[in-house]
Amino acid sequence: MAENVTEEVLDVIAETQRIPREKVTADARFEELGMDSMDAVNILFALEDKFDITIPDEQAKKIRSIRDVVDGVQALVNVKCPTAK
Amino acid sequence: MPHGEVTRVAVTGIGVICAIGNTREEFARGLREGRCGIGEITLADVSSMRFQRGAEVRGYDAARHFEPKQIEMIDRFAQFAAIAAREAVADAGIAWTDELRENTAIITGACVGGKTSEDAQFWEVYRLQKSRVHPMTIPRTMANAGASFISLDLGLPGPAWTVSTACSSSNHAIAQAFRMVRAGDAEVAIAGGSEATFSFGILKAWEAMRVVSPDTCRPFSKDRTGMILGEGGAMLVLEPLDRALQRGAQVYCEIAGAGMSSDAHHITQPSVGGPVRAMRMALRDAQATAEQVDYINAHGTGTDANDTTETAAIREVFGVHADRLQVSSTKSMHGHTLGAAGAIEAAATSLAFRNGFVPATVNYREPDPRCDLDVVPNTARDRQIECALSNSFAFGGLNAVVLFRRVRVQ
Repeated sequence: MAENVTEEVLDVIAETQRIPREKVTADARFEELGMDSMDAVNILFALEDKFDITIPDEQAKKIRSIRDVVDGVQALVNVKCPTAK
Repeated sequence: MPHGEVTRVAVTGIGVICAIGNTREEFARGLREGRCGIGEITLADVSSMRFQRGAEVRGYDAARHFEPKQIEMIDRFAQFAAIAAREAVADAGIAWTDELRENTAIITGACVGGKTSEDAQFWEVYRLQKSRVHPMTIPRTMANAGASFISLDLGLPGPAWTVSTACSSSNHAIAQAFRMVRAGDAEVAIAGGSEATFSFGILKAWEAMRVVSPDTCRPFSKDRTGMILGEGGAMLVLEPLDRALQRGAQVYCEIAGAGMSSDAHHITQPSVGGPVRAMRMALRDAQATAEQVDYINAHGTGTDANDTTETAAIREVFGVHADRLQVSSTKSMHGHTLGAAGAIEAAATSLAFRNGFVPATVNYREPDPRCDLDVVPNTARDRQIECALSNSFAFGGLNAVVLFRRVRVQ
């Protein structure tokens, strides 16, 4: 379920960043949450672990918002397991 | 020397081994030709990694330099240190006396140090479940192995130590050596650094940081995609200029100043303020004006963050003169050699003084408005430089800048 992926991504971000879960919404931008490029690398690492996916550097560089992260993870999860829509 | 006169410090010997040359003169030719030493990584299995390319020392055979027992005792990074030191000392043509040996300092830089040996031995116990590791694991791994082996190899019982400040290690080492010679605390100093980073675990750690290019190193080019790791070593011989001239030694250039600072900002993200303070301190230390500088060997890693930040820092220090500077990153040829970077780039800068050229930034394709300096794209220039900075800015926010000046021998 797309919903589930979104929620799980938000959980991972809140946990990795040690920020209250309610602050992390799909529309939040990284800067609003006080995150820098190293934080982003840490989040990508946690997401790769959680979803058992590999996020390519090229894709990682384009990420600006949490929405981008969710969409990217969803696409990779779909490739891995096409039925998990 | 008349009272109150500052001792000038000359570079009288250079030794280099890196991806574009296994000797000093081969390195000088590579620099002049703009040869890129970046190719497929062969020293580790990188088939599953996001990057496959690096700047390895090619055609290296340790047995041509060391006895089998020595090879067992010293990691590849310390071998590079010793090879560079031997070449530098031979180049300087120093006539050793017991007293001079005692008054010669050795200061090396290393970031990764012998972790390649450690990685291999940890594999044995963690993965292969062996009950023990090789007894030479500790001496091979220690970051000071380069300095220690140089002192053993050349029989130099004076002060010797190692500086480890990530990518600024060998610039900090050269700065310390310069100050020791200038202060009269050492009559001669061997200073530089070495690194041998190509082992699976270390490469995985770099992969996780997402700063290594899958392609090549294109500093200051708009389409740059990150850094390329390199390996190698370089050593300089430093001594008072008066002493060098008296004994008729060749003088590549002088080191006239050094500046250091820390960003106190972020563990990996660069800042403008830290590099600005280090460059200004180097100028002040050398009593040089910004307008006297005509070349900067940039840190220029090829990452988005470094190259834009370094450009902004250079503009802040040099103002309108920034547009007259030639700024190149030789990392585009020999890769980012981490703890050896400052040393290899000091060697490049010193050879540029002697051979009358400005090294290029190779692999350059597209101007970036955020890196709008004259980066000497792709082709070296035949032009005599008079005064140069060599920049090193490390992860951890530690910066070291060395200022070099041409010596006109009467």
